[in-house]
Amino acid sequence: MNSTGTLKSSSSELDLDRPNIEDYLPSGAAIQQEPRGKLRLHDLLDISPTLSEAAGAIVDDSFTRCFKSNPPEPWNWNIYLFPLWCFGVFLRYLIIFPTRALVLTIGWIIFLSAFIPVHLLLKGHDKLRRNIERSLVEMMCGFFVASWTGVVKYHGPRPSRRPKQVFVANHTSMIDFIILEQMTAFAVIMQKHPGWVGLLQSTILESVGCIWFNRSEAKDREIVARKLRDHVQGTDNNPLLIFPEGTCVNNHYTVMFKKGAFELGCTVCPIAIKYNKIFVDAFWNSRKQSFTTHLLQLMTSWAVVCDVWYLEPQNLKPGETPIEFAERVRDIISTRAGLKMVPWDGYLKYSRPSPKHRERKQQNFAESVLRRLEEK
Amino acid sequence: MLTQYDIEEVQQHCKNAFTQQEIVSLYQRFCQLDRNNCGFIPSDEFLSIPEFAVNPLSQSMLRLLDGFNFKEFIAFLSAFSPRATLQHKIEFIFKVYDTDCNGKVSFDDMLTVLRDLTGQYMSEQQRKEVLAQVLEEAGYTKDSFLVLSDFMKVLKQLISSITCCTGILKFHLDSGQFGSEDGSGGSRGLE
Repeated sequence: MNSTGTLKSSSSELDLDRPNIEDYLPSGAAIQQEPRGKLRLHDLLDISPTLSEAAGAIVDDSFTRCFKSNPPEPWNWNIYLFPLWCFGVFLRYLIIFPTRALVLTIGWIIFLSAFIPVHLLLKGHDKLRRNIERSLVEMMCGFFVASWTGVVKYHGPRPSRRPKQVFVANHTSMIDFIILEQMTAFAVIMQKHPGWVGLLQSTILESVGCIWFNRSEAKDREIVARKLRDHVQGTDNNPLLIFPEGTCVNNHYTVMFKKGAFELGCTVCPIAIKYNKIFVDAFWNSRKQSFTTHLLQLMTSWAVVCDVWYLEPQNLKPGETPIEFAERVRDIISTRAGLKMVPWDGYLKYSRPSPKHRERKQQNFAESVLRRLEEK
Repeated sequence: MLTQYDIEEVQQHCKNAFTQQEIVSLYQRFCQLDRNNCGFIPSDEFLSIPEFAVNPLSQSMLRLLDGFNFKEFIAFLSAFSPRATLQHKIEFIFKVYDTDCNGKVSFDDMLTVLRDLTGQYMSEQQRKEVLAQVLEEAGYTKDSFLVLSDFMKVLKQLISSITCCTGILKFHLDSGQFGSEDGSGGSRGLE
């Protein structure tokens, strides 16, 4: 698999620079052998292969599959299971949920009463202030995880704070960040959200060193790339965590990684996260629910079970392009977490694909027609 | 939800091109595409499927796809079923070519489809020449109109038997991939 080396990075987010998509798509309906012989009317009129591919996409396509949240199978259909389930609902909503809400409130009170004084009073002693704020944020994330009874198993060596390294992980929900932050204070790059989440972002997360981007701004990409580079070069900054998929995926698939994280010229440490859907599906379907609803759903379920693997740091191999590097790291993460890879860009959720891929098909067909025309 | 009567009615409508299990799977897919739950898919919805949008013939197919309910959806896809007759498949191809729906395919119609298939990689002049040449060899002229029987004669055998659907449907039946899009189905519905 090789990427076309002439792809130029444009400032538009909608530009899809990616490796050869034909390697991923099922080639069953594609013409496997080149038709030989003189060109006849039959060959021009017969559009059945292209039509098959289109119909195949209508019947099922790999992109929609990535964002589908499968509802859990009902199990409460008979005379003894239903009362049990009712009892479970009663426990979860009326006993466990208030307890968790209480724990979370206590956590917030402790956090804010420590964070605000430290932030304001220790203005002169930056290093001390940063260390304390870091521990406070880690503690707050611990409270959050406790509020959903998070059963998180961490595998692999914990991230160390060294310069010139960047962490990448697959993305299922915003809670990914909280789960990882609980163990190590990362600086993360996030989409700026409205509402209370935005408020949190601009106050507390700023202190950990977070970077914002705005998907809808075209010029944003260059600004963000510069900010990333600056952050990574700094020695005292928290390690940077990036979710290269750019959007939440349903934890069964991985979509294309954006190459921004892989062009910074530093070591990339992959992290794989896999949720167990036994009690609740942690996929945040941002088209269907707000983050608050999502959090409430987690807080009224029994537990959130997941595994986190810290994988071996990777470097750009000589002769490898950033896109190939991104794909290689995506492969490592997907294999570890048992996810399937699809060749689509996550931003297609918000926009239409660029005509580049269609042009490749058109080019193939045109060349085949012209070549057969030459044959006598 | 589909009842047994609904399934049988749809099956008759598509002349038994799909088995009952396939109709159920296709219904799930229809519900998935029908985001507003109004029983009707506008053509824009299809363009939001990236695999469909990058297909060179997507615009031509969208002409045939304007505003579907489930029965029409099945009737449309029945051409791609392995049980569809060759006649049915060729009729479908004819409809894609016949842009003005007058039962005749002109030189311009064929040129339009060729343009979609080749894009900028062939000049307009080249396309006209190629088309004129193959038409002459087949015994037609630039000004002749092709009707369905001509298509039948020329396309006695198709390159691909356009039976993609069974493979995909079978895969999804086996692995239970089709589920409803919104998480409000299943046990949560009882809450």
